[in-house]
Amino acid sequence: MSHSILAAAAGQMGTGEKVFFWIFGPLALIGAIGMVWARNAVHSALFLVLTMLSLGVFYVLQAGPFIGMVQIIVYTGAIMMLFLFVLMLVGRDSSDALIETLRGQRTAAILIGLGFAGLVCTAIARAMGSVSAKGLDAANQANGGNVQGIAALLFTKYVFAFEVTSALLITAAVGAMILAHVERRRENRLSQVDLMKARFAPGNYPGPKPGPGVYATSDSVATPALLPDGTFADRSVSKILPTRELSGAESAPKGTER
Amino acid sequence: MKYLAQDPTLANFGHDVWWLVLIKVVAVFALLLVLTLFTIMYERKVVARMAVRPGPNQVGPNGWLQSLMDGMKLPFKEEIIPITADKVVYFLAPVIAGTCAFITFAVIPFGPMVSIFGHRTPLQLTDVPVAVLVILAATSMSVYGIVLSGWASGSTYPLLGGLRSSAQMISYEVAMGLSIVAVFMTAGTMSTSGIVHAQAGGAQANWDIFGWHPQAPSWYAIVTLPSFVIYAISAVGETNRAPFDLPEAESELVGGYLTEYSSFKFAMFYLAEYIAMINVSAVGATLFLGGWRVPWPLSLIDHGVLNHSWFGLIWFLGKVLIFLFGFIWLRATLPRLRYDQFMRLGWKVLLPANLVWILILAGIKTTQRTPTGNTRWFVIAGVVVVALIAVFLWPEKKGPEAPSTEQLEEQLAQLPEGSFPLPPLDLQVPPSPRLQRLTGQREPATVGGGTDEKEN
Repeated sequence: MSHSILAAAAGQMGTGEKVFFWIFGPLALIGAIGMVWARNAVHSALFLVLTMLSLGVFYVLQAGPFIGMVQIIVYTGAIMMLFLFVLMLVGRDSSDALIETLRGQRTAAILIGLGFAGLVCTAIARAMGSVSAKGLDAANQANGGNVQGIAALLFTKYVFAFEVTSALLITAAVGAMILAHVERRRENRLSQVDLMKARFAPGNYPGPKPGPGVYATSDSVATPALLPDGTFADRSVSKILPTRELSGAESAPKGTER
Repeated sequence: MKYLAQDPTLANFGHDVWWLVLIKVVAVFALLLVLTLFTIMYERKVVARMAVRPGPNQVGPNGWLQSLMDGMKLPFKEEIIPITADKVVYFLAPVIAGTCAFITFAVIPFGPMVSIFGHRTPLQLTDVPVAVLVILAATSMSVYGIVLSGWASGSTYPLLGGLRSSAQMISYEVAMGLSIVAVFMTAGTMSTSGIVHAQAGGAQANWDIFGWHPQAPSWYAIVTLPSFVIYAISAVGETNRAPFDLPEAESELVGGYLTEYSSFKFAMFYLAEYIAMINVSAVGATLFLGGWRVPWPLSLIDHGVLNHSWFGLIWFLGKVLIFLFGFIWLRATLPRLRYDQFMRLGWKVLLPANLVWILILAGIKTTQRTPTGNTRWFVIAGVVVVALIAVFLWPEKKGPEAPSTEQLEEQLAQLPEGSFPLPPLDLQVPPSPRLQRLTGQREPATVGGGTDEKEN
């Protein structure tokens, strides 16, 4: 890695840089296309991770090691991880529905996407056309290094924009928390004393419920325990378990005894 | 002649011949594998010693080859892949975990400039201006291995274990990253060799008995002590080790995220876990304990001759082993935390404490830089004002008052008939009626057969 950084810092396009570009360029593209095409949401997120990782490598190749690492730590490591976190909880088999709910949605999306891409490209081309590039060497040497240069700009010239952005992000995070978080009212919450009183009130047995039955023929949680008089102990089986009996095929010997 | 260790600078990196790079890569890889095998045995031996039992003592001399044998057996075990598993991701997860574990050691300095087959080269695979960020990036990527293994197994316990583990690693990575900030601020660089160089104060001490010049301590473990404490705690959380080993809480989650893994894939996770422990130890030794530099009293010998060339490797490995001993000691002594306590510690204690400490350190640095200007007084005034505000506005702790005996008796009288029996309110346990009966029935023991004693 340091090879290519030094080569790039010297203002040349080294062989290492070319090799890395032709490895990671296609990977980034595959990731981007795969992200759109993957049916499974988690696979889609993983493709996006691949693209972001490749972008991080590109930044490093462009002699911006700090921004490259931040790209990997913040975007790939933190933000995509949170995405994945939510997606994993959604369920494994929930794939995208391919039915268009809005008519002409796909055509409109393609048109708007192309238009936006054109807009961005022309804007960048017009903005960069008149700029005479100084080169990275001069910019880096002004403050004694790439990291120091970024720090100097971030905390002097752009400090206000930086702080405003962070305030915006914090506001968004707090807002999301307020929307999602349901605080139970303090007065509605049962205290430990109340819970204890309810537990020892007459009519409630304070001890634990009996466990399920464990017999030579069955030790499943669905097997009720037997009371001394031979009847089932109702509370020994959880209410949510469906009552179930083995079919003839299931109770037949499995052929493992041979 | 002065044997001053020649510190590598960033300019020294990236000029190695290809075979030298290859040698370094293979050496680092082999070192990590051997260290992993050693650490497993180290842990089992030390824990056994603390539990006063022999520990593994059958395979090899004193049982030291047990982990090697276990490691050789693991890949030959049957590989079981659950039907519900997502095959590709299930395969990918251990690969990610294993790969990311190895990256960290690429930027860890083992020693100063040495000579290998006639080439002057730093005893370090590579270094970049943002080397510590590379380490952080590798740890943040290794979370993917755990999360994906939990999800791809297609089973509930691994999913829960994976979620727990990733939440834990993300939270403690924040604390860890912030604790390193103080080191950056003090060292003024993010490259690992640069940070080791910045801690070199003791090595160049003016060794003179008559005109003693006491040197300020140079290790960041002392200079930035709060950061070191936070780093040590969050390193334990980051590596999922006891007492923070919630992802593999076997009483709650079976085996955590690797429940469904077997054979070679399981071995990869096992390897990754131990390498992660070695990684945080190595990073801790590099950032806070002076890296490969010889510790203080020894550094005074002959102008730091013990820092010279390959000696560095000894000190570095020694520091790593001391760090690892801390991990093992914790595991042998402390019980596991509850999940909410653990998260509260991370977000509500370590994080704010870290931010306040960074603020204080920034204040100190600013006053040091401008010893005469007004800035110093501004900083001191600011500290005083903040301290006063904190003292005055600190919320008083109001706990619920304990009810008096009268209140309790009143409550007792209100209990409906047939309530569960309650213990006496004065907490004086009355003598059990059964106990009295037993003592009444018991005959006095016959001692010696003499009649006098019987009547006593």
